[in-house]
Amino acid sequence: MTRPDRPTPAPAPTPEPGSAPDDGTARRARAAVEAVWRIESARLIAGLTRLVGDVGDAEELAQDALVAALEQWPAEGVPANPGGWLMSTAKHRAIDQLRRRQNYRRKLQEVGRMIDQQAPDEPDHIADDVLRLVFISCHPVLRTEGRVALTLRLLGGLSTAEIARAFLVPEPTVGQRISRAKRALRGVPFELPPPAELPARLGSVLEVVYLIFNEGYAASAGGDWTRPELCADALRLARLVAGVLPDQPEAHGLLALLELQASRLPARTGPDGEPVLLPDQDRRRWDRLLIRRGLAALARVQALGGDFGPYALQAAIAAAHARAVTAAETDWPRIAALYRVLVEVSPSPVAELNRAVAVGMADGPAAGLAIADALRAEPALTRYPHLPAVRGDLLARLGRDAEARAEFARAAELTGNDRERALFLARATDSGPGG
Amino acid sequence: MSRYLMLLHGTPPASPPPPDLMEAIMALGEEATRAGVLLDSQGLAPGGVRVDLSGGRLSVTDGPFTETKEIISYAVYELRSAEEAVEWASRFLTLHRDRWPGWEGDAEIRRVFGPEDFTPSGPAPEPPGAG
Repeated sequence: MTRPDRPTPAPAPTPEPGSAPDDGTARRARAAVEAVWRIESARLIAGLTRLVGDVGDAEELAQDALVAALEQWPAEGVPANPGGWLMSTAKHRAIDQLRRRQNYRRKLQEVGRMIDQQAPDEPDHIADDVLRLVFISCHPVLRTEGRVALTLRLLGGLSTAEIARAFLVPEPTVGQRISRAKRALRGVPFELPPPAELPARLGSVLEVVYLIFNEGYAASAGGDWTRPELCADALRLARLVAGVLPDQPEAHGLLALLELQASRLPARTGPDGEPVLLPDQDRRRWDRLLIRRGLAALARVQALGGDFGPYALQAAIAAAHARAVTAAETDWPRIAALYRVLVEVSPSPVAELNRAVAVGMADGPAAGLAIADALRAEPALTRYPHLPAVRGDLLARLGRDAEARAEFARAAELTGNDRERALFLARATDSGPGG
Repeated sequence: MSRYLMLLHGTPPASPPPPDLMEAIMALGEEATRAGVLLDSQGLAPGGVRVDLSGGRLSVTDGPFTETKEIISYAVYELRSAEEAVEWASRFLTLHRDRWPGWEGDAEIRRVFGPEDFTPSGPAPEPPGAG
């Protein structure tokens, strides 16, 4: 690289007060290496996978380079081009490995040429490699849990321990999911999906990101109502995916949806960690920057043209909420109409249940209840806590308090989230509307 | 994950900004946007106006304010640690150093309070080792 070494941001010249100088300096240096890792790891692994042809090998090479950085940077300072340093270190290790293998000659030439050309520094190449990494991490040969773990690990830069914490599962379980996924990907070519497969493959990518976000937004289990860190990780992934697929309306649709939903996170939890539902949220606490970004992403979908897909439709619904300064100003007829389109485009009992809520607001609780009642026969919803919760709310608004309480008791039985259970139990004992 | 505001203060040399610096800044901004970490950034027009409250009186003063380095631009990032913010700021300043000789300034990094900082009794002090 042309630029000379810049002064390293860490170790800091003066140790933190109250800490032993060595400790503080080492910790800062380590944190600086980790920061570079967060920034560079996806591109590094992507570039290495193109080189060595296997995502598992590539990740190990990248990890080796990280270990080397952790050894060298604290003493020598962060290099001027940290990404380039990690890449060339990993490549040299790749050559060492290939030398030990039988068919090394052809590969060696390939690797040597790559190093000479400095190809990974070309932005187009990098974006292309990252896009391949996005698709391979969400490849259909993998189980959903493997896709989720691999995506967070390879594209989100999360450690196995961080993923385990985020999903409340033991660390070895996540480790197994990742190694099983890597094994399953052996021999899977590192390439962009052919045009005919693109819609399905893109769908898998967006689904993984959506799933990660949802687990943070309404945790299906555990003591916390939301896990904002996981939402933030998903949002970062959604931005990355929209960035590498700028012409795909649904990539922007999902991004818009997540930006808008995340904008409500600050208002979604009360002072004691209790859930605060949309009608009761203090909208002044909504994140205006995320709302602006969400509306911009939705405008991008519109500019790309064509019919809205399921994510863009959900984003349009979230945007209708975002535009209402108070709950009373919500354009419920518009939201009910959007749900009508959504259940046509992408039929789902959960979307139909949400439509029941919207119709209940637009046309009154009896109209909403009629839709919700029809869903009682739906097998997918027999253990879904929000069906009785929605029915309970509509029944309460119709003054059918005893039935409403029974529905909320049922919802409390079904939910795996402690905070949500407390909310439902409160409504099961005190039947007042809006509880 | 926290939000960080980066304020660029600087004293530009008399020469106009080199076009390749502007190009490099755009490329770095695009990279950070694609990575999903840069949420917002804008350049600020020089000059400015200040509204002061002092001794119970409001007063309005036109800029530029020569006693401080001018704020040139701002950027809002969403990152996992302050070190990540330092890394992006270092890259940004390195572009200036390599492309506009004589440019001096600093990138001030401030973590933005998030909902996690507010307890019922108000903003909590930053926990040690927050990141």
